Formats: sequence, C-alpha cells, structure tokens
Amino acid sequence: MTDTTVAPSTPIDRKSSIRAFLGQLNASTWIGVFIVLALVLAAIFAPQLATHSPARQSIMDQLALPGSQFWLGADQFGRDIWTRLLYGARYSLTIGMSAILVALVVGTVIGMIAGYVGGRIDIIFMQVMDVVLAFPSLILGLALVALMGATLTNIIIAIAFTATPAFARIARAGVITQRDREYVQACRAMGFSGPRILFRHIMPAILPEVMVMASLWMATAVRTEASLAFIGLGLAPPTPTWGGMVRDGFDNILSAFHLAIIPSLAILLLVLAFNLIGDGLRDAIDPRLKDAS
Amino acid sequence: MLPFLIKRLGFAALTLFCVLTLVFLIVRILPGDPALVILGDQASPASIAALHKRLGLDQPVLVQYGQFLLQAVQGNLGNSMVTGRPVSEEILAVLPYTMELTIAALILGVLLGVPAGVWAAVKRNRLPDYVLRFISLLGLSLPAFVAAIILLMVFAIQLRWFPVISAGTGETIADRLRQMALPTIALALIMMTYITRVTRSAMLEVLSQDFVRTARAKGASPATVVWKHALGNCLIPITTVVGLYLGILIGNSVLTEIVFSRPGLGKLILTALTQRDYTLLQGMIVVYTLMVVVVNLLTDLTYGILDPRVQYK
Amino acid sequence: MNKSPVISVRNLSISFGRTTVVHDLNFDIAPGSTLALVGESGSGKSVTSLAIMGLLPERIGRAKGSIALEGRELLTLSEPSMQKVRGGRVSMIFQEPMTSLNPVQRVGDQLAEVIRIHKGLRGAALKEAVLDMLRKVRIPDPEVRMHQYPHTFSGGMRQRVMIAMALACNPALIIADEPTTALDVTVQAQTLALLKDLQRETQTAVLFITHDMGVVAEVADNVLVMRRGREIESGTVHEVFSAPKDAYTRSLIEAAPSLVGKFAETRTPPQPVQGVPVSYAGDAPVLEVNDLTVRFPVRSGFFGRLTGMVHAVEHASFAIGKGETLGLVGESGSGKSTIGKAIINLAPIDSGEVRVSGQRVDYGDPQSLARMRRDVQMIFQDPFGSLDTRQTIGSAIMEPMLVHGLAKRAEAFEKMQWLMERVGLDPARATSLPHEFSGGQRQRICIARALAMSPKLIIADEAVSALDVAIKGQIIDLMIDLQKEFDVSYLFISHDMAAVERICDRVAVMYFGEIVEIGKTEDVIGHPGHDYTRRLLSAIPITHPDQRGKRPLPSVDLTKPRSPIKPLEYRAPPPSWSMASEGHFIRSAS
Repeated sequence: MTDTTVAPSTPIDRKSSIRAFLGQLNASTWIGVFIVLALVLAAIFAPQLATHSPARQSIMDQLALPGSQFWLGADQFGRDIWTRLLYGARYSLTIGMSAILVALVVGTVIGMIAGYVGGRIDIIFMQVMDVVLAFPSLILGLALVALMGATLTNIIIAIAFTATPAFARIARAGVITQRDREYVQACRAMGFSGPRILFRHIMPAILPEVMVMASLWMATAVRTEASLAFIGLGLAPPTPTWGGMVRDGFDNILSAFHLAIIPSLAILLLVLAFNLIGDGLRDAIDPRLKDAS
Repeated sequence: MLPFLIKRLGFAALTLFCVLTLVFLIVRILPGDPALVILGDQASPASIAALHKRLGLDQPVLVQYGQFLLQAVQGNLGNSMVTGRPVSEEILAVLPYTMELTIAALILGVLLGVPAGVWAAVKRNRLPDYVLRFISLLGLSLPAFVAAIILLMVFAIQLRWFPVISAGTGETIADRLRQMALPTIALALIMMTYITRVTRSAMLEVLSQDFVRTARAKGASPATVVWKHALGNCLIPITTVVGLYLGILIGNSVLTEIVFSRPGLGKLILTALTQRDYTLLQGMIVVYTLMVVVVNLLTDLTYGILDPRVQYK
Repeated sequence: MNKSPVISVRNLSISFGRTTVVHDLNFDIAPGSTLALVGESGSGKSVTSLAIMGLLPERIGRAKGSIALEGRELLTLSEPSMQKVRGGRVSMIFQEPMTSLNPVQRVGDQLAEVIRIHKGLRGAALKEAVLDMLRKVRIPDPEVRMHQYPHTFSGGMRQRVMIAMALACNPALIIADEPTTALDVTVQAQTLALLKDLQRETQTAVLFITHDMGVVAEVADNVLVMRRGREIESGTVHEVFSAPKDAYTRSLIEAAPSLVGKFAETRTPPQPVQGVPVSYAGDAPVLEVNDLTVRFPVRSGFFGRLTGMVHAVEHASFAIGKGETLGLVGESGSGKSTIGKAIINLAPIDSGEVRVSGQRVDYGDPQSLARMRRDVQMIFQDPFGSLDTRQTIGSAIMEPMLVHGLAKRAEAFEKMQWLMERVGLDPARATSLPHEFSGGQRQRICIARALAMSPKLIIADEAVSALDVAIKGQIIDLMIDLQKEFDVSYLFISHDMAAVERICDRVAVMYFGEIVEIGKTEDVIGHPGHDYTRRLLSAIPITHPDQRGKRPLPSVDLTKPRSPIKPLEYRAPPPSWSMASEGHFIRSAS
C-alpha cells in the first residue's frame, strides 16, 4: 500500500511461470496467434488447398467473378485468386519472419554490446543505428531492393536492414536499465565475467521486450514487403505476392474492385494478427499497463 | 544552447557525409556501366567514351568522389541520366507537392490523434478505450496503399465526392484542397493511429505518477489535471514519435502519390527506379536524408521547449 | 478536549475489491494538534489518508463509515464539492519530494495554482501570495526561485515547496504522509521544525503518517498505532511512549537508537596525533584501507574533455580486525557506499591501497582480483533488486562457488542446502524464485550467497535499510550470530543509527568523501568530537517525547556549502588528526 516496499517484479520464464504467463495473455492475443497459425498452415498446405495451379492463365476466365469455379474470382489473366492467395502467403510469411529473425539477432547483439560496453563504441554504434532508424524504412527498403535487385534474399536483407536499429535500440536500453540494477552489481562483485553477466543474467531479462518488438516488427515487415511489391519492387511476376496482386487489381479497379480488395484484406489480416500478438505480449510483460493495486 | 546547436549541426553534417559516401560507393559498385544504361546496349565504343568523359567517369575514383562531394555541398546533385536536366531542378519541381501533403497529414494526424489518445487513457478499460484501441490497431495494420485504395474507391469512384486523380494543380484553392483531401486523409489516418497509441500509453504512465496525485490533492479539476498537468508531461514522447514517424509518413507518401496519381517525390523516385536513372536516385536519397536530418534536429530542439530538464550540452 | 475536533473519523473501513485493508478505524484531531498514525508498510495508514482526501483509486477502492471534516461528512460529498475541500480545507504532503512536483511547470506556478483555485486571487495579488508562502517556508531568493523548475531544487527544498502548497490556503487539516522519510536526517530535522513552527502559527490540525517512532516522539500529541489495517493502540504520545500496552508498540519504540541523543561533551580535550591513525581489534587486520581516493571524472563534449573531478572519497584510511564490525555512517553523497564499491572493484580507485589479510590487492591482476573476491563479499540494500528474478535461489547461492571453482556441483549443492538452513530458510525451497520470498527472506538469501564463498569480510551496503523495523532486528541478529559462528568481519555501511549502534564495534563518520571521526561506537556516539558528527547526531529524532526541547536544534551548516566537484588542479589539504581516547580519532577542521 505505501511506497516503502519495492514492488516485486514479475518473473517471465521457468516452466511453472510460463503457464502463468500464458494465462495472462488476453483473448485478442490468442486471436492473433490463431490467425498466424492458420495462415502458416495455409501456406504449408497451399498445394493441397489450392483449386488451380497458381500460374494457370486462361483468357476465357479473365476477371471472373467469385463463384463455384473461382471461389474468390480470377484476375486479368484468368488466374485463380484463391490459389494465388494461398501461395502468396508463403512469400509474405517467409519474408516477414526471416527478415525479422535476422534483424533480431544482429540488432540485439549490437545493442547489447553497445549498452554493456558503453563509451565511444556505444556512441558510434548508436549514432549509425539512429540514422538508419530515422530514415523512412520504405524508402530505404525501396532504394536497397532497387539497387540490389528484387530477389527473395535481397528483399529479406533490405527489410532486415531497416528493422535492425529498432532491435539494437531496445536491447541497448534494456541492458542499460539492467546494468545499473543491484543484481548486476552483485554479479560483478562476485567476480562473474562480462559475457556471463550479459548472456546468462541480463539477456533473459530483456528478451521479453525483444520478443514484443519482434512481433510488432513482423507486422511492419509484412507491410513493407507488400508495399514494395505494390510499387513493383517485389518478387518478379508471375510469382504470386499479395502486394503484387493488389497492384494488378488496382490496374483494374474500375472494372473489378474485388481483385484489389481481397489481397488487401489478406495483408491486413496478417499484419493485424502480428500486431495483436505484439500488443498482447507487451500488456502481459509490462506490469505498469495492467490494473495494479 | 549554441554549443548544442553546433554539435547537432556537426552530427547532421557527419550523417549527410556518410550517406553521400555510401550513395557514391553503391552507385559505383553497381554492376553495369551507366553509359550503357543511358545509351543502350548497341552504343558504339566512341560514344560510350565520350559520355564517360562528359560524366567524369574517366577520372580516377577518388577524383570522382571529391568532385561529387564538392558539387553536392554546392547543391549540385548532377544531371539526370535520362532527361539531362539538373537533378536538383527535377526534385525542387515536385518537392512542394510532397511537403504540402505530409505537413497537412501531420497536422491532421496530431489534431485527431492526441485527443483520441488522451480520451482512451482517461476512459481506460471502458468502451471508448476499447473502440479507440481497436481502431488504432486496425490503422496500424493497414498498409498505406490499402488505405488509399479504399478511400479512392469509396469517396472518389463510388460517391464521386473527390476527383480520382489528384494532379495537385487546380484553378482555385478549393480545387486544390479537394484534390489534396483524400491523399491527406489516407496519410493522416495512419499518423493518427501512431499518435493515439503513444499518447495513450504515455498518459497512462503519467497519470499514475506522484505529481498528478499532488495536482488532485490541490483540488484541481479533472480537466486541469488531465490536460494541463498530465498532457504537459506527455509531449516529449509524443514529439519523439512525431519526429520518428514523420519518416514513415514521408515513406508512405510514395504509396499515396502512386494511388492518387499525384506528383511528388514518390512518383519521381519511382520514375528514377524504372528508368534506372542513378544520378536522380542518388540525388533523391540525399534529399531524403536531408529531410530526416532536419526533422531530427527540429525534434531535438522541441524537447528543450517542452521539458525544462533538458539541457543543451 | 474542549474544542470541537477538526476531523472526526468513525468506523472507517476501506476495501479494495473484496479485500478489506482498513477495519473500523476511529479518531479525532483537535485544532492545532497532531495525530501520528504509525505503522509499517501494508498497515493501511496511507490508504486512510487517501480516503480522507477522496483519492482512493476509482472503481476499486471503497470507504465505509464516516469521515466528518468540520462537521461535514466527506464520504458522501460530490466530486465538485470534494475538489473545493482538497487543497482548500484539507491538504496533503507526500513522501517523495523528487516526484511529487510537476517537472515541466515552474515552482511558482504550481504554488499559484492552488491559491488561484481556492482563494481566487489573480495577477499581482497572486504573485505576492506565492512569494509570501515561499518566504514562510524559508526558500532563499523566492523572487528568483519561483521562476525555476523543480529539478533545480534539492529534496529538502522541494519538500518545503510542498509544505507551502499545503499551507497556502489555510486548511483546517494537513495530512503529512511520511513527509521526511526520503530526506537526509539533518534535512529531516529542519523540515520537521519548520512544519511545527508553521502549525503553531496557524493552529492547523495535522495527521502525521509515519513508520518512525523517533519522528512520532518529536512531533505528535496523540498516537494511533496500526497493524494490518486495524488499530493496535492509541493514546497521548506520553502514554504510548511511557507505558505502551501492546507488545508490537513496545518493539517499535525499542527499535529506536538508545545511545544517540544522549551524548556528552568530550571528556578530555583531544590530543593531536602524528600521521593518519589506523586501529583495529585483534592481532592482524582482515582489511586495511590506506589513503584511498576515488574520483569520478566530469567530462564534457563528444571527445570527453576532462573538466573536473567528483571527489567521492578523499584519502580514507581505516582497518577492520578479524570478527570485528566497522560502521560507515554519513548522509547521502558522503561517499560511504563508494568506499565499499571501490574495495570490491565496482568503482575505480585513484590512489591508495587496499589490503585483504595483509596482501595488497592488485586491481589490474585477475588472479589477485579473484583472490580478493573470494575473501570479500557484498550484500546490497535492495533484496528485491540484488537477486536475478529469473534464477532460482538455490542456483543463485551455488553460482559463485561454481564460477570460482570452489566446489563441484554436488558439493556446492550440499553447501547451499546447509547455508539455507543456517540463515533460517527451508532448504526445500531452493527451487523457488526470489519473488516467492518476503523482503527479509530475500536478504537472508543474499547473506547465504555471500557466505557461500567462506569470505573473511562482508560489505553490507545499507543491507537492512529497506526492511521494516521487526524484520530489520531479525536480520541484524542473524548477522551477529553468523559473525560469531564464522568469525567473519563486517563493513557495515548505513545511515541508520539504530542499526549501527546495535551491530557495530567501531564507527567511522563520513562527510563529503572524508572520514571525519572514527572510534568505538560508544565513544563516537556518546562523545562526538567533530562538528559534523554532532550535527548529524543531534538531528536524529529523540526516542521519547520527554526529551523534546531539551536538545538544541541541529545548527544549520554555516560554512559555505561544499561541492564534491572540484577543479582539476584542486589538491586537498593534508588532514590532521587528534585523539580523544584510545582508538577514538577526530579530524581537525582544516
């Protein structure tokens, strides 16, 4: 009740507390998890779920309306939208997840080192990160992809590049907060080595925040990938990407607006799902945002 | 104050220098001869050599680099490989369109986002909060081009309230505003969701702090507590986000400009990309960096106005 | 009581959700008198004050019963009417001066706000009222200070601004919730004196919430002791202190320092001595600190140009014998914690040497460092913060043994189990995480972890300061027991004189990085020789209301305020010492 006691901090890991932690997640987080899982399954089993071949063109079926043959209609080349949507999920998920995985590993390591070592290394590392972070990520991604060529690897690298500073920042901030905590002082007083303190004691403490960041940035990555594809810097046609499908649909917006709307909704759904998970995780780990007292 | 300004300007210059160097390197490292890009594959060796001489590509790399830097400092970003016009001229011609769009979207986003965030925080875990949180999450998840397409379809194609193509030119101010309306709203919606979210979480944190309790203990009305004491302390995180997301706004303007066929930096960069106009592209990257640097500088200076604890060292 | 009470609380119960945190509370406060509401954390004392202010958390907190202010029932009052009461008729001073003021508003404006709301003053009259209040609470240069922001004020000054805000509209009642807990003891004494003076002038009733019986003895007319939301005992301050009815009250009173405040003049004039005096108990010292200096660079600019030095510790010398406890006392910023940190390599040493068991510690040599770290362990202030929240306590106790290769896993496990039992914890709980333990238990865990290395010296940095009185006693007893059993020495760093008095054989007093006095505990506390020691001791609250007024108020430090930041070329004058009695040395003013 009074301020004289220090509020106990919430533990995050260990098996017993993992269950408690999962129990704290709200309904919308689970909706997000469900959507992502469903889309992952759809991407994996795309060949089984598809009704046509993704590349099959047919002049007869150009701009066909949704119906029994084409569940969601067909595009201007007569390709089945449902099928292309399923295959498109593969690229959105692959690019989004692997780009963020790369960014997470690289960024977290850079941030942790900068935060723990401090001094001039910190200033230089973070100044570079700040410049990249401040740069519009879409423009940066666009320039990188344009210069390097729009291949799967290059798109992943470009998006990972734009996301890395965010992870570096949050890892650094986390390390700096933890570094001054008494338990780290205690570790140093007991003569533990720097890497041991950094990876055994500090890293588990900052990991939850990094995971929140990862989830929110996966949303951004999917959105960036779709935007690049929409601009025309996605994987080359005829590869079915959601952003590319919106672009094709947009060219025919006056005659068949569902071509643009259906893949748009797919993008929205996936981005929303990652955001729901990120928000839910953040609420669960941040005791300040919960109802205290 | 002055030392701070000098230091920040120094950092800005350093940033610009790094970006310029990086741009120079990337363009030089790129596979393919720019001359071939300009003249086509069937160009004769003589004409290629002539063009090399004209572009300065026959000089040693270091000399090229020096000239590039020197010219960039003087505002000369070279000539477009395609049109032959100075890059700075090409950019300046469309810059006002992008500027008016982003600034209008920024103002609209702040005007909508801050009150929405405050309201959500005050009505925490009640209906308005849930609704606003859902809307802002939806807005956060909506790619700018999707937002733009939906607005275009509903208000321009179906309802015909606004023109489909936003040429940016117009006879009267009313015309111009009508053309700007949809792209601005599309961008502002996204800006608003970011601002709503950060305002809400900053407000929640501030509202639980001791000095808010002090203000209430003084007998200040709830409105005074929220809008004067609490919001005053939220302006720093809000400014940070505005500064940070101005970049996203500039990035997203590319997408809206494409959807609404509106002139601007977005359309120009797309042209540069499709035509492989590297000088134009490198010039644009420099301009974007310049904008980012200026925004950061302004954000930093704003902190000092908003928070007396910030000392310019 | 002939005057009708300012506030009358009847059958007050407060609940959060389904849990009731305050049960059936009754009290009255007469005009001009002070009621002390005493209790430990969680006793419900602060919640009671929030209920009076109508500031219980909305929708969760509920108060039942009656709170009548000047005959008007507050619990049923509408929010707009309650706003007129808050700050107007009842005002409040909070514990944390550093966070209780709005950081982005000028101090004068914050003070003006409350006057404007309740007195409706505007313009020049308002400004004059603000200046008047700032003068009353003795803020120097009020005309300048009113335009400054809170971060330029010290903690004591901010608390005086809070007092000005509380008194500005002549309220009938002031609620002071632990108003001096966060302040240094000399500042606390000044603040309490100011509050008393102003109360006498205005005849305001005061509800004083505290956990510190010393403060109660200083300020209260009546006392109400609370525990777990219920009244334990109440009465006039003399009744409660002279004849406490309840065992709990007695334990709170007994926790106060006994020697402090009864010091006599030095018996014989101190004799000058040559050189720097160092003494210790026993044959050979476990720890010797010779001429230790710690300075932190003050840098500016990107290239880190050195512009000055914070002189955190200046030429400190002392020693600790085997099985001996040396206390290091002083106020915040005196450098006492820095000494502990420097010994264990958490702060850089500028000059001087540290010897452990006669061997010089070479801070550049990993082997020498490792040896020192086996012999010297540290316990920190915050038992919540000094354990990794994600590590089981068993693993935390074993980790240092394993890292230093002192034991194999099986041996380490056995030793951990034995240690847990030794510090009074159930070894079966080794797989629990720190958050499953109370504050006192966590401090036991930290002690077990320190003992795991079989150290010769344990540095306890404010190790009991964050604990409630009863727990504090238990931990000190445990430390004394363990000292006897293991023959370990302690460097006991604390600002808490009661704790120091109980555990320390000798005491060193620190002031601005220098040791100004050192000697046996009873000598230093009983016969303080240095001006600062006297000032420090006379600021410590009395232990019985009978002592009120018998002690001179702590004189304000009349010498020029000292800054620990010194220019680069600064050289400290060499210290000179004199001896008052065997082993009791006093630094001469230089």
